[in-house]
Amino acid sequence: MWMSDLPPFIPFFIAALLVLFTRGWLRGLIVLATPVLGGLHLWLDVTPGINSTFSILEFELSIMRTDRLSLLFGYLFHIAAFIAAIFALHVRDTTQYVSALLYAGSALGAVFAGDLITLFIFWELLAVTSVFLIWARRSERAIRSGIRYLVFQVTSGVLLLAGALVHYSETGSLTFEYIGLEGISGWLIFLAFGIKCAFPFLHNWLTDAYPEATPTGTVYLSAFTTKVAVYALARGFPGTELLVYIGAIMTCFPIFYAVIENDLRRVLAYSMINQVGFMVCGVGIGTALALNGAVSHAFNDVLFKGLLFMTMGAVLYRTGNINGSDLGGLYKTMPKTAMLCIVGASSISAFPLFSGFVSKSMVMTAMIEEGYDYLWLMLLFASAGVFHHAGIKIPYFAFFHHDSGIRTKEAPLNMLIAMGIAAVLCVFIGSQPQYLYSLLPWEVDYWPYDTTHVLAQLQLLFFSALAFVWLNKQGLYPPELHSINIDAEWLYRKLLPKSAHALNSSIQEVSHDVTDAVIRSFKQGGQTLSGSRLGRFHLAINWPTGSMVLWIAIILGFFLLADVIH
Amino acid sequence: MNDPDEKQYLFDNPRNVSRLLGGFYVVCAFLFVLDFILHRHVAITWEALAGFYALFGFVACVALVLIAKEMRKVVMRKEEYYDVDE
Repeated sequence: MWMSDLPPFIPFFIAALLVLFTRGWLRGLIVLATPVLGGLHLWLDVTPGINSTFSILEFELSIMRTDRLSLLFGYLFHIAAFIAAIFALHVRDTTQYVSALLYAGSALGAVFAGDLITLFIFWELLAVTSVFLIWARRSERAIRSGIRYLVFQVTSGVLLLAGALVHYSETGSLTFEYIGLEGISGWLIFLAFGIKCAFPFLHNWLTDAYPEATPTGTVYLSAFTTKVAVYALARGFPGTELLVYIGAIMTCFPIFYAVIENDLRRVLAYSMINQVGFMVCGVGIGTALALNGAVSHAFNDVLFKGLLFMTMGAVLYRTGNINGSDLGGLYKTMPKTAMLCIVGASSISAFPLFSGFVSKSMVMTAMIEEGYDYLWLMLLFASAGVFHHAGIKIPYFAFFHHDSGIRTKEAPLNMLIAMGIAAVLCVFIGSQPQYLYSLLPWEVDYWPYDTTHVLAQLQLLFFSALAFVWLNKQGLYPPELHSINIDAEWLYRKLLPKSAHALNSSIQEVSHDVTDAVIRSFKQGGQTLSGSRLGRFHLAINWPTGSMVLWIAIILGFFLLADVIH
Repeated sequence: MNDPDEKQYLFDNPRNVSRLLGGFYVVCAFLFVLDFILHRHVAITWEALAGFYALFGFVACVALVLIAKEMRKVVMRKEEYYDVDE
């Protein structure tokens, strides 16, 4: 079609330029055709082993490097961009079209980047292009949330650049290969990846910003940033044991928040950290099976989490509300969306025959193989918890539960088509996993469907559901309440501003006192002076002029002193 | 809120809800019994316990919900918490 070493981000960037000047069906055609043509090109023409480099100053940059790992993410991002584009086809807002295309392109740029500087450029582009999908909501909350999001993302980029430069001075190479935690550069880059990966305490940009974006914007956001980070970890830090522990924590703590969270898109944001936790564990274990599990789970997560965000986006679009406390009974008017939501929920819960099952089980198996028994138990707890908060809570509180009285219309056709494609892919991958497995970067001999796995998983899930039913019948299940829950973000959204405020006001108080004292002494001095014989020279009778002269004298004196010392 | 002439939907009829739940209980019981009939491979000693996954799933979710409920006492705030200075 076109030359095989054409970097895949270029069609997206050109399309972003084109949608600026087009409207209506033509614009729709451009946003749909770009991922289709780009994806076909990648699938048919591009093979592993390409490395197109160019030199700038003394650095050799590689803008397009392909291997099975980057290609897998390349296919995935084209599929995600295509589905999200269909879902957003009714949108009229040019800002969202442009930023979505640039954002998808940046994600592709990042996974095909062969060196750390190119990676850094796309890493920062991911941040600045995606923030407009949050700001496009155009509410005060969204704008503030977007700024906080940007601060985190840009900090991540700065750390990456710093790490890359230190890495260059240490090793003399900028190639993006295995990095590991040796030396300061390794830690800087690790932290940079960790922010985008939503490591604990660095995770609140995700739960803060994703629920504030537009209904369609969140679908894009959920597909790219964290998955680029998982890709980067899989390339730079496979087998780093610390990641197993970080990942295990990531799978567990968000589910508690997800249970009591009212905003259903925020529930999904917490659940996203939980799913990324499984991938991080897989990268940390570092065996071929675990790494395959991590990247295939990333692949599946984009589809089922995208599907769930789409169904909640459709609910938000139709009802203008996404709080569990205000919704309920929507299956009556949005039955198709409800069914599609259940498919997404089954996939994320890893029901046999749905996509989550065929990838998560790889990570779990690898964990047992490598002897992490207690961490495996944590992941099993998290698996049961996923079903509880994402698998049951999301469909139940939105579509069933008590009747909220809301009567709306079914989601628009374009949304239904997009959700339908994602749902079909979830079931297809879940029931025919050999096609996904054949794309995986490492050699595996793994098949998820045997009696043990299927039975164990079904028991785990059905009895988790039984717990939900029992808790509800006993009236023990916490009701959905209009509320928020404080998380690590409290440190910078409450404690820091509060202490800064306190510090500021105490500084002001002190400076006020000091100024008062100084003025008083000057006034007294002035009075004494004007009462004395010198006062007749009228030097200080006019107070403001006198003070000005005095201050200038002090400043000049200070400069003189500073100069002498210097 | 509810129009009396409005169409009756699937779960408006309490009998449908109890049918669904009844079917669900039967499946749960069936899966539990299967643990004694089918052979599961055991990689970790805990797994050898009969009905391990069923018990674990139930206990894990009850614990999850009850702990999360207690967490509310510490972490729950009004929706405007971050928007206003206290």
